[in-house]
Amino acid sequence: MADNGDILLEVRGLRTSFFLDEGEVRAVDGATFSIRRGRILAIVGESGCGKSVTAYSVLRLIQPPGRIVGGRIVLYPRGRPPIDITALGEKSETLYDVRGGRISMIFQEPMTSLSPVHSVGNQICEAVLLHQPVARREAEARAVAMLGRVGIPGPEERLRQYPHELSGGMRQRVVIAMALACNPELLIADEPTTALDMTIQAQVLALIRTLQSDLGTSVLLITHDLGVVAQTAADVAVMYLGRIVEEAPVRALLKDPRHPYAMGLLQSLPSLSQGRARLPSIPGSVPALTEIPPGCPFHPRCPYMQAGRCDTGGPPDLREVAPDRLAACLRAEEIHT
Amino acid sequence: MKPAQPLLRVTALSKHFPIHSRGFFSRQVGTVRAVDDVSFDVAPGETLGLVGESGCGKTTAARTILRALRPTSGRVEFALADRCVDLAALPERALKALRPRMQMIFQDPFSSLNPRMTVGAIVGEPLVIHRMARGRELEDRVVDVLRRVGLKGEHRSRYPHAFSGGQRQRIGIARALIMNPALVVCDEAVSALDVSVQAQVINLLEDLQDELKLTYIFVAHDLGVVRHISRRVAVMYAGRIVELAPTEAVFKGALHPYTRALVSAVPYPDPDVRMNFRLAGEVADPAHLPQGCAFHPRCPDRHAPCDKVRPDLRPLADGRRVACHLHHKP
Repeated sequence: MADNGDILLEVRGLRTSFFLDEGEVRAVDGATFSIRRGRILAIVGESGCGKSVTAYSVLRLIQPPGRIVGGRIVLYPRGRPPIDITALGEKSETLYDVRGGRISMIFQEPMTSLSPVHSVGNQICEAVLLHQPVARREAEARAVAMLGRVGIPGPEERLRQYPHELSGGMRQRVVIAMALACNPELLIADEPTTALDMTIQAQVLALIRTLQSDLGTSVLLITHDLGVVAQTAADVAVMYLGRIVEEAPVRALLKDPRHPYAMGLLQSLPSLSQGRARLPSIPGSVPALTEIPPGCPFHPRCPYMQAGRCDTGGPPDLREVAPDRLAACLRAEEIHT
Repeated sequence: MKPAQPLLRVTALSKHFPIHSRGFFSRQVGTVRAVDDVSFDVAPGETLGLVGESGCGKTTAARTILRALRPTSGRVEFALADRCVDLAALPERALKALRPRMQMIFQDPFSSLNPRMTVGAIVGEPLVIHRMARGRELEDRVVDVLRRVGLKGEHRSRYPHAFSGGQRQRIGIARALIMNPALVVCDEAVSALDVSVQAQVINLLEDLQDELKLTYIFVAHDLGVVRHISRRVAVMYAGRIVELAPTEAVFKGALHPYTRALVSAVPYPDPDVRMNFRLAGEVADPAHLPQGCAFHPRCPDRHAPCDKVRPDLRPLADGRRVACHLHHKP
């Protein structure tokens, strides 16, 4: 999609499966996308599409019975040789350096990443001391600066507070401060505002946007909300049943989607239609991951399905259907008007 | 526009919870005014949206109206075929006879259905409790209502775990509708559903409303959904209604500064409509409400009377109601 020097993280044919009693569940089944330097890429999809498992795979956080079974994840740090994350040993120094250092992550529920028994300051300092060659004093100064930067009033006093003394919105700000304290090249945000109220969500999204453009960090934003995508991301990848079905710059995709699933998602949003017109909806529901249909996985729900073409063989490849636009649909050009 | 007789008239409804100190000699040390002096009408066949952020009292208000909670004060007049009753003052026994007329649909389709009961037993249970049907007739009514909500008759012998989130929500809707209610409170009824399934369930709720002449109170935090489904909307902040107006008026030009902020926080799925949210701070703590208007510490338009005099919800010339000193002289 872009020049190679422009790309920070490249994911090719990623496959992550969970081996359960019922058999292999292919949560991510050949996902391909790339994140450009200094930009926000959103991966959007409905529950069970594999977006979170993709994020966890990038940090190698998949636990048994789950395992990455195929594909490559390559990080291109500035001025250093590329790192093949999939090839790193479980205990390698490089993996520790990547996890929390070069790539950090924030979660939907801030208490996932906060310890209830350590002060906010200690937790941010710990992250800094672990990854940067600085003294305790310096780490503390950086924690104060970071808390100020994420809009927490009175950062010196907050340093001594515990997470339970903070509101949900403040906790998420602390987590963002912690994640950015080590100057990561990539921030992964997994549904960072889903647990927050509307107005707090608006504040946190504005914060992520400001920090991103000030610090130049790349962001991988995982979300189910196309509104959040439109207001935050530069690029967007739509995921369905473990695969990316469309990837494009955000305005292009939201104004003129090329994959029928992306079209369906956008049309079924209630906020777009005023008054009580009937909402166009995607028929049926997402099938279980153990029953992925043959051919194009979306074909049973697709209004453009062509028998004999869409329902046989393997899933269609993600391919360039227009300049700077990828879609995994055999009929993308035919159905585009 | 407004019919003479509303189905529901809520007047000065309040629900306060005491805060007790710890220990053996526990005494009351404060009050949470979860719902405070709330008034509105709902016309038959209408959908009223009730919106606000967590802790604003919208769910407590809905539950108090249905007498799942006993109100601290106020009246809830509910119109029956031949008379009007005050639900707030009714003894339990008399209330039970009216329960079939008002039903609730819950947010979480995973926790609101008993996993040990078949779908048929779940949906038919209200009829059994109220001794309204049994045997063959019960069976027929269950099958009929399941079909109405887009499920199949044979689904009644299965258990909830065999259904997806959207289907479970349909089961919850079937259970509410089998009593032929007049009023249905939908408490975040589509919030937990994925976008594609959410659209299906919204369509279903609207179809059922037309067919069965249902009246909805639609409690939600998602303004996009509310804009679609309701003609009028009541916005709550810290236990009180701050604005009550036609939905499009609220979206195109809200009167209350809080409503304006809330509308500006909606992330539109269009990169050319930029979110322009400027409100600092967080929602007021209902146990320690500030004097005067509860919103004044965050309000960009606060002026002299706001930190002393609490504004009442009063109508303007065009019928919109707002509780703000900008629009009413105290």
